[in-house]
Amino acid sequence: MTDKLLEIDHLTVRFKGARTIHAINDLSLSLGEGETLALLGESGSGKSVTLKALLRLLPPKRTEIEGDIRVGGTDILRLSGRSLQRYRGGDVSMVFQEPALALDPVYTVGAQIAETVMRHKGVSRSEAMEVALDMLKRVKIPSPERRLQNYPHELSGGMRQRVMIALALACRPRLLLADEPTTALDATVQIQILLLLRELQKEFGMGVIFVTHDIGVAVEISERIAVMYAGQIVEEGTTREIIKDPRHPYTRGLLAANLHDVARGERLAAIPGAPPALETRPASCSFAPRCALAGPDCRAGLPPVVTPAPRRRVACLRADEAVPAE
Amino acid sequence: MSATELYDRLPDRGGPAQPLLTVRGLKKYFPIRGGILGRTRAMVQAVDGVSFEVRKGETLGIVGESGCGKSTTARLAVGLIDRDEGDIIFDGDALGDTLSLRELRRGIQMVFQDSYASLNPRLTIEESVAFGARVQGLSDPMGRAHGLLARVGLDPARFAQRYPHELSGGQRQRVNIARALAMSPRLVVLDEAVSALDKSVEAQVLNLLSDLRAEFGLTYIFISHDLNVVRYISDRVLVMYLGEVVEVAPVAAIWARQAHPYTRSLFSAMPSMDPDNRTEEPPLTGDPPNPIDPPEGCRFHTRCPFAATLCGRKAPQLRKIGADGHLAACHLHDPTSGHPKAGKIA
Ligand SMILES: Nc1ncnc2c1ncn2[C@@H]1O[C@H](COP(=O)(O)OP(=O)(O)OP(=O)(O)O)[C@@H](O)[C@H]1O
Ligand SMILES: Nc1ncnc2c1ncn2[C@@H]1O[C@H](COP(=O)(O)OP(=O)(O)O)[C@@H](O)[C@H]1O
Ligand code: SF4
Ligand code: SF4
Ligand SMILES: [Mg+2]
Ligand SMILES: [Mg+2]
Repeated sequence: MTDKLLEIDHLTVRFKGARTIHAINDLSLSLGEGETLALLGESGSGKSVTLKALLRLLPPKRTEIEGDIRVGGTDILRLSGRSLQRYRGGDVSMVFQEPALALDPVYTVGAQIAETVMRHKGVSRSEAMEVALDMLKRVKIPSPERRLQNYPHELSGGMRQRVMIALALACRPRLLLADEPTTALDATVQIQILLLLRELQKEFGMGVIFVTHDIGVAVEISERIAVMYAGQIVEEGTTREIIKDPRHPYTRGLLAANLHDVARGERLAAIPGAPPALETRPASCSFAPRCALAGPDCRAGLPPVVTPAPRRRVACLRADEAVPAE
Repeated sequence: MSATELYDRLPDRGGPAQPLLTVRGLKKYFPIRGGILGRTRAMVQAVDGVSFEVRKGETLGIVGESGCGKSTTARLAVGLIDRDEGDIIFDGDALGDTLSLRELRRGIQMVFQDSYASLNPRLTIEESVAFGARVQGLSDPMGRAHGLLARVGLDPARFAQRYPHELSGGQRQRVNIARALAMSPRLVVLDEAVSALDKSVEAQVLNLLSDLRAEFGLTYIFISHDLNVVRYISDRVLVMYLGEVVEVAPVAAIWARQAHPYTRSLFSAMPSMDPDNRTEEPPLTGDPPNPIDPPEGCRFHTRCPFAATLCGRKAPQLRKIGADGHLAACHLHDPTSGHPKAGKIA
């Protein structure tokens, strides 16, 4: 047994259909209690599939899963029935980009939060309502007593996002999964929600995996960043390491493409091409077709995982040659 | 094919000093219908008295949060929807006077965020691109289409026969750009045109847009919620809040000094990109108010840290606050407004 909150070992997820999609390919990741990690990657890189695998939300018939996922030592790929229900929304809960996925339009906000608390904590309705009220206060909803009686459609976008966070945290999960919960929000509201999540994470001490395609958001929310490409983690480290000393050519390209502090008229260092289609399992570096440093050795087999520092890894043959930016 | 052969440019009429597009007092209210009789219950004040100019050859960036009226402003200017009030003047000719809607639409083309919805799924991309040129009665529409596809980085031999669903998002957006150019417009309005693209692909499309602007002598209106992108591509920036223009300035000037308190908040809401110096305080609390019932006086006064009693009563006008064409609509910048802090805050 370890003291890790989450351990993913050699996770592979394939979707079967007319064409097989190799969505996740040999992904390993660990998270300690109370750590915040951003899973950073472009559309289709496998961020949401990773979170769904963690919550066992993938369609069982069409999905092939290999590997091992342990949360607090429990093998969650083997959970079923009641223990699976207890796990979802109890130890681990999730917030989504679209609150409609989590909030039921026909129940008031208070009733929904109370219902979840009753189910997982076995308390009375009135106790559960008190928890709901306390949660609305913690997510800083103005006049929370009145808002308990509101239906989701009576709230603004930012407020619905706060309610969804209140719902997700009401049972004090040890692990919170967040799938782009601020992407659809206005900039001035997004930063409010990010700071709120940061504050609640400190207060409750839960571990957080925050999925995003926006490096700026990852920097604001997380202590660690794992960069995904084509269903694999190509680089991982502390947020500072990833921003100040990116080693993987893809990470460096992403940072350059962020346009932070790029002067007008300067030609952008764009990464050529587009991500691969994932119709075959990668047998060599997936980034090679777009990589300026690629050589025949990169196409000969999967690149080794280099570990320049503890808990720091880069899946690239040239990780050590790479000169830090600046 | 050379740029001149691909492009059947409309003549420049007023000369370089005359703005390519001027809009004055543009207004659009959308009715919200409801109830059994479908009666109008309320009006969304989507665009309320917007005025600006776009100079020849420049890129004007428009920023602001979702719902503030950026797209509606663009659609009004292009003639895609009817205005309630206001003047639209294209190279000196006023719409409805010496300029017809058809002529306006020939001169201005638009590229939208949703690359898929803008293309006919049943047409191959060469047909989609050639269509506009054909409608305009331009010579050799198919040759033009192939030339433009090549120009936006889609080899006609590989791509011309494909359907939209056989392309990636970035490739579809290149098709939309080629299709807009096939009409040989003088002004292209890019409404969140790169917002749905992945960062690595966005940079490719921005490079392409810069090249095309130089090559075809284009003028752009570039709408985006991403301030970094707007800074990179624009010469001047216009900031909107709840259907109104609150600030206009050259890019360098507004990055150096955000005069309007809303602009300042919007800029401070940008992620820091510095793990050692993360944002600690949100610049604003709460959500933007509902445009059905915007606040009286200055529309920002319900969220503004500098709001005084006056601000809830009297709407500030857009006025000159710097020598470089920097405009802002805020009582703080009008020494005669009577705001207790007027002229005291930089
Ligand atoms: N149920 C499914 N059936 C088949 N393929 C799927 C399914 N869900 C996801 N995929 C595929 O798996 C890959 C990874 O998808 P995923 O949703 O994890 O991407 P993502 O990183 O979350 O992207 P985005 O930023 O667009 O949300 C994609 O190629 C996607 O099309
Ligand atoms: N066709 C329409 N009918 C009713 N309301 C609309 C319509 N189009 C836009 N609006 C409303 O007008 C306001 C401005 O919208 P829009 O111009 O799309 O904003 P932006 O592009 O800045 O996000 C919003 O409140 C929006 O909901
Ligand atoms: S392994 Fe080779 S191709 Fe892959 S990222 Fe490193 S240098 Fe580029
Ligand atoms: S006019 Fe008043 S409320 Fe409006 S931005 Fe200026 S100080 Fe703030
Ligand atoms: Mg996703
Ligand atoms: Mg819009």
